Amino acid sequence: MSINLFESILFATIVAGTPLLLVALGELVTEKSGMLNLGAEGLMSVGAVSAFAIALTMDSTVAGLVAGMVAGILLSLVYGFITIHLMANQVATGLAVAIFGVGLSAFLGKPFEAKVLEAVPRTVVPYLSDLPLIGRALFAQQWMVYVSWVLLALIIWFLARTRAGLALKAVGESPVSAHAIGLPVIRIRYFAVMFGGAMAGLGGGFISVFHTPMWTEGMIAGKGWIALALVVFATWRPSRVLLGAYLFGGVMISQLFFQSSEVQIEIPSQFLSALPYLATILVLVLISSNVKMIRMNSPASLGKPFLKENA
Amino acid sequence: MLWLEQRPVPSDKMRWLSPLIAVVLTVLTGLLMFALLGKDPWQGFEVFFINPLKSTYAISELVLKATALALCAAGLAVGFRANVWNIGAEGQFIVGAICATVVAVHMGSHPGFTLVLMVVAGLAGGAAWAAIPAFLKTRFNASEILVSLMLVYVADLLASWLVFGPLKDPMGLNFPQTVMFESEALLPILVQGTRLNLVLGFVLIVLMATYILMYRTHLGFKMRVAGESPKAARYAGVSAKAMVWLGLLIGGACAGLAGMAEVAGPMGQLTDKISNGYGFAAIIVAFVGRLHPLGIGLAALLMALFFIGGEQSQQYLGLPGSISMVFQGMLLFYLLASDVLIRFRIRWGREGQSPAPPAASARVPEDGATT
Amino acid sequence: MKRRMILKAGLAAAATSMMLQAPMALADDPAKIGFVYVSPIGDAGWTYQHDLGRLEMIDNLGDKVTTTFVESVPEGADAERVIREMAASGHDLIFATSFGYMNYVERVAKQFPNVRFMHATGYKGGPNFLNYNARFYEGRYLTGIIAGEMTKSDILGYVAAFPIPEVLQGINAFTLGAQSVNPDIQVRVIWVNSWYDPGKEREAAQALIAQGADVITHHTDSTAVVQAAQDQGAYAVAYHSDMSKYGKDAHLTATTHHWGPYYTEIAERMLEKEGMGESIWGGFKEGFVELAPINPVVPQAVQDKVAEVTEQIREGEFHPFTGPIVGQDGKEVLAAGQTMTDEQLGKMNFYVKGVNSKLPK
Repeated sequence: MSINLFESILFATIVAGTPLLLVALGELVTEKSGMLNLGAEGLMSVGAVSAFAIALTMDSTVAGLVAGMVAGILLSLVYGFITIHLMANQVATGLAVAIFGVGLSAFLGKPFEAKVLEAVPRTVVPYLSDLPLIGRALFAQQWMVYVSWVLLALIIWFLARTRAGLALKAVGESPVSAHAIGLPVIRIRYFAVMFGGAMAGLGGGFISVFHTPMWTEGMIAGKGWIALALVVFATWRPSRVLLGAYLFGGVMISQLFFQSSEVQIEIPSQFLSALPYLATILVLVLISSNVKMIRMNSPASLGKPFLKENA
Repeated sequence: MLWLEQRPVPSDKMRWLSPLIAVVLTVLTGLLMFALLGKDPWQGFEVFFINPLKSTYAISELVLKATALALCAAGLAVGFRANVWNIGAEGQFIVGAICATVVAVHMGSHPGFTLVLMVVAGLAGGAAWAAIPAFLKTRFNASEILVSLMLVYVADLLASWLVFGPLKDPMGLNFPQTVMFESEALLPILVQGTRLNLVLGFVLIVLMATYILMYRTHLGFKMRVAGESPKAARYAGVSAKAMVWLGLLIGGACAGLAGMAEVAGPMGQLTDKISNGYGFAAIIVAFVGRLHPLGIGLAALLMALFFIGGEQSQQYLGLPGSISMVFQGMLLFYLLASDVLIRFRIRWGREGQSPAPPAASARVPEDGATT
Repeated sequence: MKRRMILKAGLAAAATSMMLQAPMALADDPAKIGFVYVSPIGDAGWTYQHDLGRLEMIDNLGDKVTTTFVESVPEGADAERVIREMAASGHDLIFATSFGYMNYVERVAKQFPNVRFMHATGYKGGPNFLNYNARFYEGRYLTGIIAGEMTKSDILGYVAAFPIPEVLQGINAFTLGAQSVNPDIQVRVIWVNSWYDPGKEREAAQALIAQGADVITHHTDSTAVVQAAQDQGAYAVAYHSDMSKYGKDAHLTATTHHWGPYYTEIAERMLEKEGMGESIWGGFKEGFVELAPINPVVPQAVQDKVAEVTEQIREGEFHPFTGPIVGQDGKEVLAAGQTMTDEQLGKMNFYVKGVNSKLPK
């Protein structure tokens, strides 16, 4: 494989993996507090449409991204209210968010279909981007990619080194005990849910403002669900989320490169298109079968409501 | 201040009332939406909710659409009750359709026998596709939510490959479709001039069967116990693995049957457009129907109304088709929200000032589903 | 309050349903024409061009006609209901603009013998049911000439949705056109398995460009490929619509669809109560297909050559699929001097030599 080809694949992989990274990090924080929010697909969708609409009408990428995050936060608040205050089943509510979010985004996005946004230019880091093999792929990306790395670092630091991070993890392990020592469990869970919503909205915004850049209904096409699987793949550790995001991005990209290479392949394109999903299943099987690892790493109260009466 | 106080005993009255509340809230929000969109709310109400009932044909279409939803939902409900989260009904629907198609296309046309074989194929295909997440869950602890969902995408691509390849109609000008099924491979029409076919019979049978299973058999009792309280289930000797298998297989079989009914009914062939979201809508139907066969039947009719209402809104009001999905999502939200009234009552005053003592346990599954 | 609401709704329902059920159009009432679209109209693409046709028809016929359209109708069992609803609500003429509606149109046409049904890109017909299609491959051939001349790497990229005959005709014609001026070119195809997935289309375009393609084209519904080319400094040939505003430097030209004159003609037939006529597969000659304005970066000599071949096609003197044509396996598919028949074209399931992709078996 030529150098250029490797660089191109790496480059495209990072682009494809970035929305997964953003969404998965957000969901990781949400799940760390014990809340299981399956609505990522819907959160990404409303984030994508809002980001695109605002970026277009206000001619500002940043305004668009902010709008995307706000949309994600608002929808995740619906989830939060119904599951935290009304103590409804988290799986069902998350599903409702997913379905509703996709439908609402399609509905709201009607006037913006097939409109065009100016492409966001690449921010090329001098010197570093001239590194052989990895230079272009790592340091000649659009700026949101760099932001995603910064966010990753912040989240790692937050969870490992701050009191707030500790509090979050405590709530996730045992909300009853956390409540007993005086932690505001409800508030922490709300924040975690909103953060997840914001990140999912950001991930959706990346797709509609940086990657494509356009809006079309159904454009998230399953990436939200893959991001959920990534959190399991990463056994709830942020650094592993990075690995997983780029791994999945790579699978999604490489089948395209296979198809267009000089080699004539007999493999049906539908099979190649199915690879990311099959890979997700494989990865889930491999990780989940290590039950000890799952039990050690998954937040103990994941999916269970916090009943003050039981505290 | 409004606050929520846990009821001593979950309210049965609210169990049946809360879906109605949810429906009313959805309709009211819908009227508001129509107004906000610049349409006359009454016209919107009429186009969306009344039009689908305006003629025999319209009602037959409503019932036809509801059958697919009810079939999938009835199967899913069995699983949900046992805390088995099958999100992949759409994929099981597709695989059931594929298997039924293979029979229709390859097994010749024998009156009666072909159809029976197709039914079996639909059931088996859907169940087999659901067996994958069941196996991976029981053997490897892999989340059935994510596995069944990923398999939806795989099933869709599988159908695409088949209709472009091995199952393609050789006289079909290379379009992605199979041959049209012979009349022996099509479900007989029940009402002349409509498309309502024998699938209605299937639905009634399945609804009755799941009712009997869940409420009149020991197995069903065990499944419900397993769903409400896994700890109690373990004491009672219920095998968690058996629950997973049963929940998924039944859900898969029902979805597969619905898939068979789609290709042996209104479509008359398999194309690459076989997937149309029934499997996901059925999840909402299952919840709105309180996971109970009677409720599911009613909820399926309601959801079918939303679907067709959305179509009508497109043609007569110029609203985007995605309005159906918005209504469906809203309905589920309102339902989940009003469900709180089953376990809690709304009180005025300061928190904790109620004379009723806190209850022992609420109707909340102890171990929530985890990925 | 609730009772009044129900009463009002009931009255409204009764009134409207009476109106909806009235199929009797008075002599001076405008005729109703319905359009069933498979995707959103958007700003470019398959449905957009059909809608342009609808608007042009309205322009030509004024208040003699009114139109209704429904977008994003899936090509499954639901389509029958939508088509039937149109037929039952007083429409005299219905255009169903995608292949997947064919069997449903057939059924509804039988139930409504007094309504005229036109189906795009199908092969079935009936007494009140015709199909119509366009020879997009003629445009593809011409754009192939431009691509063949403009490429420096001799690698051309093609982002395609599904291997249906129309797509294969396009790929092959494009390849033949390019080979006619540059025998060394190869065409690489990526199947994205979707008519409209801008993200995937963009990634596919980028993969093609990364592997050396410097002119790319597509048979998908979004503008993503043109945008990707613009972004990466490659050339693009668009399809369905003129997409130059999405890539001013990259966009060389486009094979554009034109349905307006035909829709007007069909509507006039209906208004004049003439016979249905015949199914049609029109190309440049009938004005169904045109090339978008060619980007000035293309040398005048090439533009002249394209104009010349276009005229030949328009006059019926040249057919893009004229032998000798050799398949991927080296075997001759069409002998020298022969032209492919419509039947052979309709069933196309092979690639010509020079296409670097394998067809699914």
